[in-house]
Amino acid sequence: MAYSDKVIDHYSNPRNVGTLDKSKKNVGTGLVGAPECGDVMRLQIEVDEATNTITDAKFKTFGCGSAIASSSLATEWLKGKSIDEALAIDNMEIVEELALPPVKIHCSVLAEDAIKSAISDYRVKNGLPALELAHH
Amino acid sequence: MAGAVIIQNVSIFVEPKKTVYLGTVFYGRPADRRPLPCQQLLRAMLKLPIYLDNNATTPLDPRVLEAMMPYLTDVFGNAASRNHPFGWAAEEGVDYAREQIAQLIGCDSKEIIFTSGATEGDNLGIKGVFEMYAQKGNHIITTTTEHKAVLDTCKHIEKIGGRVTYLPVDELGLISLADLEAAMTPETILVTIMYGNNETGTIQPIREIAAIAHKHGALFMTDGTQAVGKIPVDVIADGIDLMAFTAHKMYGPKGVGALYVRRKNPRVKVTAQMDGGGHERGMRSGTLNVPGIVGLGKACELCRLEMAADAARLSVLRDRLQASLTELEESYVNGSVEHRLPHVANISFKYVEGEGLMMGVKDLAVSSGSACTSASLEPSYVLKALGLSDDLAHSSLRFGLSRFTTDEQIDYAIGHVKEAVTKLREMSPLWEMFQEGIDLSKIEWAEH
Repeated sequence: MAYSDKVIDHYSNPRNVGTLDKSKKNVGTGLVGAPECGDVMRLQIEVDEATNTITDAKFKTFGCGSAIASSSLATEWLKGKSIDEALAIDNMEIVEELALPPVKIHCSVLAEDAIKSAISDYRVKNGLPALELAHH
Repeated sequence: MAGAVIIQNVSIFVEPKKTVYLGTVFYGRPADRRPLPCQQLLRAMLKLPIYLDNNATTPLDPRVLEAMMPYLTDVFGNAASRNHPFGWAAEEGVDYAREQIAQLIGCDSKEIIFTSGATEGDNLGIKGVFEMYAQKGNHIITTTTEHKAVLDTCKHIEKIGGRVTYLPVDELGLISLADLEAAMTPETILVTIMYGNNETGTIQPIREIAAIAHKHGALFMTDGTQAVGKIPVDVIADGIDLMAFTAHKMYGPKGVGALYVRRKNPRVKVTAQMDGGGHERGMRSGTLNVPGIVGLGKACELCRLEMAADAARLSVLRDRLQASLTELEESYVNGSVEHRLPHVANISFKYVEGEGLMMGVKDLAVSSGSACTSASLEPSYVLKALGLSDDLAHSSLRFGLSRFTTDEQIDYAIGHVKEAVTKLREMSPLWEMFQEGIDLSKIEWAEH
């Protein structure tokens, strides 16, 4: 399979690989996918509660190059965004940015799910109702 | 110049992506020609990617090409032309090749039927026996880890009224002889079990299998594709009645192979699957692929002469590769280590996803346990038959070494794979959970 230059770049030099302290109240963690499906993404955000802004984002992904690139790109985009702006990220933006082929669109869907799941976790930790997460 | 070593010819094959995968220096008089692995030359020319997918196909040995060349040019005759020297010369080349092949596997040259490759040999052997022995019975026994050329042929047999038993294998990839014994019936006409597995290199207990088949009056066929030319295969001592094999897995050209069909004790017959001019004693019609056949013959001769040395050298290299890679935590060798082809290692790296791993080892040409090329992303059925989970099957790499694999290439491969696995694990949430002692099977994974 031919990967786009951007996928190769994110795969070779992934941004924001790592782990945030999930016990902290202002850290939201999303864990999506399943090992038997070949993709597991864990995406974490750290939120400045005063401004409702995402100050840090980290990921770890078990998956193909496109899955790694999708989550790496997502963390790049998340930093500095407000929660509402983050919720507006659509998987098709990831598809376009990384030039993902049709068979890899599910990687972008997973990244969007991971973002929403992390935000939902942050909301629940802070006494807000969980987000209604779409099941793909 | 008596006694002097003369570098006579340096052959470096460069494929389109500029991969140098073989280098051989010939020295001495033509009669004394032996390949001299030219380590220094190769070290200087260690080009990437490194070819370690020799179970898929091997490079053509330059000596094989040399033997074939006249038959691609001047000696162009049809081996079936009996009336002029063009035909006679072609026939002579074919006859000589038949002898070379027969010597490698310990049979008579009349027992060699030329085919287009092992897939055709498997088809001809299985379908040919099924048709020829229809009066005797309709039951065939095989295993779940055969090559698709055998499995799909057996499925075809089931469609046309045959009954097929697919024996399971244990975690090492070996069948149980007791299972085989129990599966034998008076209607069993054929037991077809591969010699060495293409994915794991596991070698089945061929002689014991043959003895059980014969005790019950059935024929024994084996797909010898990966074994012939790599380890000693002797059709008499092994009790083989039919055996398919191919040139391009043993440094010969693609598109040519042979089916060994026993002619005495017992005399085995197969019904032709291709009608035509009655070539190959009526068992396989079609004008003989003379250059290919000459190449197959030369490849067999070289294997006969060099197999022992190649196997000794490659098993050391393979073991070094395996020992180094299994220094990585949670890495597993798939298949039998004890009963295995000397040039093969199949290793799984847990908590690393297969496609990501393939992308990480881009400097190596290897196969993975994922059928990544297909849309379905199905894990290898062979590895699953050994009891591997889907994710462990996906995260496996198959290393197949060849006569042309060098120490330097293996050193590079070790470092490259270790680096890729380590990097991907640092990125893997599953690896982090494993390190923290979390039981992954207890996690409720989101469906998607």
